[in-house]
Amino acid sequence: MKDLKQSLFLSIWFMLLTFPLMVIRVNTMEKTVHWRWTNMIIVGVAVFFLSYIWRYFMVRKENKPAATDSIPWNQRLLSERKFFIPFITAVLIFSLSFPLFVSEYRVNVLITAMMYVVLGLGLNIVVGLAGLLDLGYVAFYAVGAYTYALLNMHFGVGFWIALPAGALIGAIFGILLGIPVLRLRGDYLAIVTLGFGEIIRLILENWSDFSMGPSGIANIPKPTIIGFELTRSQGILFIYYLMIALAIFTIFVVNRLQDSRLGRSWLALREDEIVCQVMGIDRMRTKLAAFALGATWAGMMGVIFAAKTAFINPASFTFLESAIILSIVVLGGMGSILGVILGALVLILLPEELRAFSQYRMLIFGAAMVLMMVFRPQGIISNVRRSYEYHETG
Amino acid sequence: MEYFFELFLGGLTRGSIYALIALGYTMVYGIIELINFAHGEIYMIGAFTALIVASLLTMAGLKGLAVLALAMVVAVIYAGAYGFTLEKVAYKPLRGASRLSPLISAIGMSIFLQNYVLLAQTSDFLPFPSLIPNFGFMEPYEHIFSSSELVIVLVTATSMVVLTCLIKFTRMGKAMRATAQDRTMAMLAGININRVISTTFVIGSCLAAVGGVLIASHIGQINFYIGFIAGIKAFTAAVLGGIGSVPGAVLGSLVLGWTESFATGYVSSDYEDVFAFLLLVLILIFRPEGILGKSKVNKV
Repeated sequence: MKDLKQSLFLSIWFMLLTFPLMVIRVNTMEKTVHWRWTNMIIVGVAVFFLSYIWRYFMVRKENKPAATDSIPWNQRLLSERKFFIPFITAVLIFSLSFPLFVSEYRVNVLITAMMYVVLGLGLNIVVGLAGLLDLGYVAFYAVGAYTYALLNMHFGVGFWIALPAGALIGAIFGILLGIPVLRLRGDYLAIVTLGFGEIIRLILENWSDFSMGPSGIANIPKPTIIGFELTRSQGILFIYYLMIALAIFTIFVVNRLQDSRLGRSWLALREDEIVCQVMGIDRMRTKLAAFALGATWAGMMGVIFAAKTAFINPASFTFLESAIILSIVVLGGMGSILGVILGALVLILLPEELRAFSQYRMLIFGAAMVLMMVFRPQGIISNVRRSYEYHETG
Repeated sequence: MEYFFELFLGGLTRGSIYALIALGYTMVYGIIELINFAHGEIYMIGAFTALIVASLLTMAGLKGLAVLALAMVVAVIYAGAYGFTLEKVAYKPLRGASRLSPLISAIGMSIFLQNYVLLAQTSDFLPFPSLIPNFGFMEPYEHIFSSSELVIVLVTATSMVVLTCLIKFTRMGKAMRATAQDRTMAMLAGININRVISTTFVIGSCLAAVGGVLIASHIGQINFYIGFIAGIKAFTAAVLGGIGSVPGAVLGSLVLGWTESFATGYVSSDYEDVFAFLLLVLILIFRPEGILGKSKVNKV
């Protein structure tokens, strides 16, 4: 009874709250008002039911049983040889044969999804492992894309030189931006990186002599194999396989990094900076390494992006893009490789399948980020740290 | 010289608007140490609500200041309600979680609210009626300082005085200061923390709505995205002045307003936002505690 009353109250509250924006739509030109009362009913009913769900999850969250000690299946999948070899083989066979069965359009979508897997894994180093909230990640992506486009335009540099060059310049930018800002505490860092992301975009937009301004750069060549020109569909296939290789490479590197000395210092830094310094971890160097390594992947993906679309302009590198990559990391599970991969596939492929709802995409992203933080801050797949187990003997 | 004055007054107006938004950031940050990313969206929602109400009233035949006053009141009430709900939904369940969680929740809320307005209303720029009338006595100075700019500066100054009195002299203000200083101790002293935090959000949101209505009426058009940039800049201003400090937020906003105004006036107007961000980066590097802030030593 109390629940019912509360839900009714909430439903009325939200109906009133959303009333002017949801119900009334004025046309200031023609001076007409459009009343949309159905929206009000929808909001009321939706809030009524959602409040029950919200309450149910709140109760569940509060009475959560103590965490189990056993390593969850997803962790074992990647760390134990007898699980991951068959798993990886299955995924590989599936993904390698994928283009044989589906249309070119699908393959293109999958390339995009894989690019986001790599971007997500790159940002995961910064946000998930080192705990530095970077809201300007897209800046490095832009740097990579413009590296290829500009080098190609002025010096005719090919894809294969641009790929490492983009990664390198991305890393250099990561260090350059990192040096001044990494002294800052978490939330300041977030806003400064956001500012940097915007600065890079604004410079690209306004410095027309350098970057061709808002009209962007067109006719960026696709990759070639040792001099052979590829047809359009061959080119797509080629980028697809290249992306698979890069994704596997990234997963491998990030997985190894996690367990390295550096990876462990990142985790330690995330948990407590002061203790880290006491333990003799060089705070600045460790953070810079995270920033630079994260930016490297973004720079590399930027090159791929430029090669894939053959046209870039500053509008592709807005804050929205950073937000999408961040939500991939957050929803997937900060610090968890499998989580980030799953997050990228879900967030990129699902909207593709649900075209009819595409306008609600960002709305759902935003809501999902909030709900995830409230109910499952560890993400879809949580990352369980390795720990030593103590077994009592006989 | 006249050009200089024009830029100076333009910066003053800009700074006043930033101040109205920056106060919300600074108050919330002072009390729960959270950057409320969605604050800019509250400002935008305030402006939209005012636009809708003002259009309805104009169609009903009302004119002039009555429309402005009514639209302002409704916008302020709604923004307050949004701020209140926002805190209850997105931040309250996260109290005690790690620092990153509420921040991400705030970003999510910001994206959500932007797209909510985009879907519920429109993605286009909407023309906003200029609600502030032109005063006769301002006629001679109209070319450098318009009536609406005068109103903006006056309203901001009044809000500031009222807010300062509220914090200094009322019971709630005292409770707010206590909570900002030490939440646990304030709780032990019998202060209802939840009420204090809610009140802070409501006051901040109301001020943002005032800013939203004034600037929209001054510039003449709004869309769902105005809150984002305004929010970042107001945050910059709050940091500039020393986050957590009310006079600091005002001072920082004015400095930012003048910086932008002079930089666009004398250097280049293409890089308006770049100057603001550069200022933010420089301040954070060289004086992270801000102009009026106190530096805090991290303790274990």
